[in-house]
Amino acid sequence: MSRQPYIRPMPKATWYLRNGRYKVYMLREVTCLLVGFYSFLMIYGLAALSQDTPQAWNAFLASQQNTFMTIVHAVALLYFLLYQTFAWFELAPKAMPLQLGEKKLPGSVIVIAHYVAWAILSGIIFFATGVI
Amino acid sequence: MARRQLELEIMRYDPEKDKAPWFQSYSVPCEEDWAILDAVNYVKENLDTTLAYRWSCHMMVCGSCGMMINGEPSLTCKTFIRDLPDKVKIEPLENFPIERDLVVVLDDVMEKLRMAQPFIIRKDDPPPPDTEYTQSRAALYKFKQYTMCINCMCCYAACPQYGLDPTFIGPAALAMAHRYNLDSRDQGKSERLDILGQHDGVWDCSFVGACSEVCPKSVDPAAAIQQMKVETAKEYWLQKLPGGRK
Repeated sequence: MSRQPYIRPMPKATWYLRNGRYKVYMLREVTCLLVGFYSFLMIYGLAALSQDTPQAWNAFLASQQNTFMTIVHAVALLYFLLYQTFAWFELAPKAMPLQLGEKKLPGSVIVIAHYVAWAILSGIIFFATGVI
Repeated sequence: MARRQLELEIMRYDPEKDKAPWFQSYSVPCEEDWAILDAVNYVKENLDTTLAYRWSCHMMVCGSCGMMINGEPSLTCKTFIRDLPDKVKIEPLENFPIERDLVVVLDDVMEKLRMAQPFIIRKDDPPPPDTEYTQSRAALYKFKQYTMCINCMCCYAACPQYGLDPTFIGPAALAMAHRYNLDSRDQGKSERLDILGQHDGVWDCSFVGACSEVCPKSVDPAAAIQQMKVETAKEYWLQKLPGGRK
């Protein structure tokens, strides 16, 4: 009997439509576009700030103060910052498990500790910069 | 006991007759407490003796009855019909070539398991006869979860990275390597990381996490791979240091 194994190639462009798990993964990966956009925005802002006169910086600030850019910033904050935070904190106990004696510390404890540390650090930064 | 009629759509492929796989439907009178494996066995025994598939223990130990059940890689002995709709699609594990019907070719992962060097490596002299390497319970629990792998390869079927790029060593083999790296009796960690720290090793993983979600034994290969990334990065920099590890 001859062997003729049949290979089912994975569709390169549409594989992630196969199930919900892959779609969620792609939603996470696509945040790289927003990272790129923010890097560009930051460099552009820094370039404006480095000018000798304040006009360029003021013009940059003004360019951000319209409805479209406000929505862009809001979406970027919610989608990029919160989603990435959630994803990384979920990953933490997997990448850095803690074992005390014979028992493993439950992953949820490590995740919650990250959120608590995040809240405290944010509070310190808000306090130091005079926001609160 | 009451019977429930289940429509099984099973992927068929005969390498001597078929150009491509196709689906064949079977109507199976199932008992309420059946697993999908029982339904497939019913087909083989009563409806179609030509159906080819692998199974052995029917108790989540042998790891040979993994298939795609409604698109999800699972052990057919662990998937019960009471949790499924009336129509069930059964396919051979995704990402593997089909040998015949529901049987897949596993040569590639066998080679990858070998690359993981899943055995204790010692660099010192062999111990005197009648001695043993002792290990505390705490040291055992560091890696015990990774010893639960039964090589069912559901994780490979769930992993899109392996599907897109079969050179990726893949979840089970990497978890197996991590199991030995964490073993206090082993001294082969840097040897393994030299091979598994390359691009086709841990760095090909982009943490989709599907392997851990489908694992029937809760091995969590995704965790093993993330921990190996940390170890590989540490090893890399330790070797870069002047007078560092070789």
